[in-house]
Amino acid sequence: MTQKKRHSSTKMVPAPSQGIIPERDLSERPVLEARHLGIDFGGLHAVEDFNLIIGKTEIAGLIGPNGAGKTTVFNLLTKVYQPTMGSILLNGHDMAGMNTAQANRLGIARTFQNIRLFDHMTVEDNVRIGLHNQTRYGMTSGIFRLPSYWRGEREMHERAMELLELFDMQGLAKHSAGSLPYGAQRRLEIVRALATNPSILLLDEPAAGMNPHETDELMNNILKIRDQFHIAIMLIEHDMNLVMGICEGICVLNYGKIIAKGTAKEIQNNPAVIEAYLGKQKEA
Amino acid sequence: MILFLSYLINGISLGSIYAIIALGYTMVYGIAKMLNFAHGDVIMIGAYLSFCATQYMGLPAVASVVLAVMVCTALGIIIEGLAYKPLRQAPSLAVLITAIGVSYFLQNVALLIWGSTPKNFASVVSLRSVSLMDGQLLISGVTLVTVLANIIIMVGLTLFTGHTKVGKAMRAVSEDKGAAELMGIHVNRTISMTFAIGSALAAIAGVLLCSAYPTLQPTTGSMPGIKAFTAAVFGGIGSIPGAMIGGLLLGVIEVLGKAYVSTELGDAFVFAVLIIVLLVKPTGLLGKSVREKV
Repeated sequence: MTQKKRHSSTKMVPAPSQGIIPERDLSERPVLEARHLGIDFGGLHAVEDFNLIIGKTEIAGLIGPNGAGKTTVFNLLTKVYQPTMGSILLNGHDMAGMNTAQANRLGIARTFQNIRLFDHMTVEDNVRIGLHNQTRYGMTSGIFRLPSYWRGEREMHERAMELLELFDMQGLAKHSAGSLPYGAQRRLEIVRALATNPSILLLDEPAAGMNPHETDELMNNILKIRDQFHIAIMLIEHDMNLVMGICEGICVLNYGKIIAKGTAKEIQNNPAVIEAYLGKQKEA
Repeated sequence: MILFLSYLINGISLGSIYAIIALGYTMVYGIAKMLNFAHGDVIMIGAYLSFCATQYMGLPAVASVVLAVMVCTALGIIIEGLAYKPLRQAPSLAVLITAIGVSYFLQNVALLIWGSTPKNFASVVSLRSVSLMDGQLLISGVTLVTVLANIIIMVGLTLFTGHTKVGKAMRAVSEDKGAAELMGIHVNRTISMTFAIGSALAAIAGVLLCSAYPTLQPTTGSMPGIKAFTAAVFGGIGSIPGAMIGGLLLGVIEVLGKAYVSTELGDAFVFAVLIIVLLVKPTGLLGKSVREKV
């Protein structure tokens, strides 16, 4: 009886939207939920009424023409921008009023469209920056080199090397990040984001500038991350092979609004999507 | 030769003080991307605090320095929180003018409290001079302590920024504030920390400066502040070793210039060197050239 009652009461809450995968069981708490999210820049509605649910270990794609507002959505979700409307729930916590660092500590991490590593620091130190939110030693033990400092530093070193090893980068640990080749820099950005121990990872055009072989490797890596870390991944990407190949749910954005949601097949045959990408078909 | 050596030692001593002040400028610039022109006046406040502690409260010299360091650390955090933090998103010109405002504010507060009559600062260093070469070359206790303090601070800061969590967070913030924030680093806290360290160093520099040159008045901090800023730019602003090298070189150039060229033109000499260095290498001696990504 109570079961039933709870069930009906959840239905009373206005469902913001269905998840990206319509048939997914939504009884499990989603990792990320955006409700009526929006932001205005002056008079421009950069993103409007953005609703999305991403489940645990889901791989979701966010696509759309240039200037559709995809990166703006990422900036909203990571609190780089404060939304003018709507709310974001991360693991059930409302992120209202949080700053970027707090959002990250709650479990959201990202990479950037243009690589933004700490170029003058070593590869290992870049990863360690990500680990900082999980290391607890105080200022005093840092200055006086107390045992807790050494323990914290050793743990960070081991964890950083473990993470680098996953992506075959352990040999590069002592190199400065700025000196790495492009593909390795992209991988390092992902490792650094993973080091913050997120429950959802946002990847902003991870395959940009990669050749087909590297893109294949990236796809495998994304699946590997999901399976080993049991986290959700959301990615912005223009490479349709990648998006259609690994995303279980896809969300299409145009002029700041969601125009379609669904599986790869549904998106490919959606007339609104085809129109957004190719223009309106002329009547014969 | 002996004379040259003694000038050189004086130069290194003065340069060490510039270097300690320059560290504060350069760290704050590196992290908050702002020129804290009030930094020189924090030096003056630090010296006054130490002066009052020994003169009026009868504290021993070391305790007076500790007190000055603690109060200046708090002062640095308060200045940052009240004056600069609200302007985080403002154009850099607004922040620069605010810094100049804070500088005058501190000078006038000092004028109100301590008056315009110069105070005679008693050296906090009671170490006796060391004589070398049969007493021909005298190295004063203040000089020894200054150089030693400079070395300790340099090593300490290098270890701190290179090997501790907070230090690395500082470097990360100085490279890319946005990315650091997205990695869970509290940028505001890191900036406050930088101001705290810079101001603590300023207090030490103030005490050392007034121990070597014992006239203390509300404008005492401004000229060394400007010269230390010059040293920071000279060495490459934003770079910690750069501030060290810039400070030392500037001190030596100033003293040698005054000794061998002209006493009146000593200061002009310092700035002439800066102009030449900037013409040849605009980023300073150890400055990082900013790479534009196209």
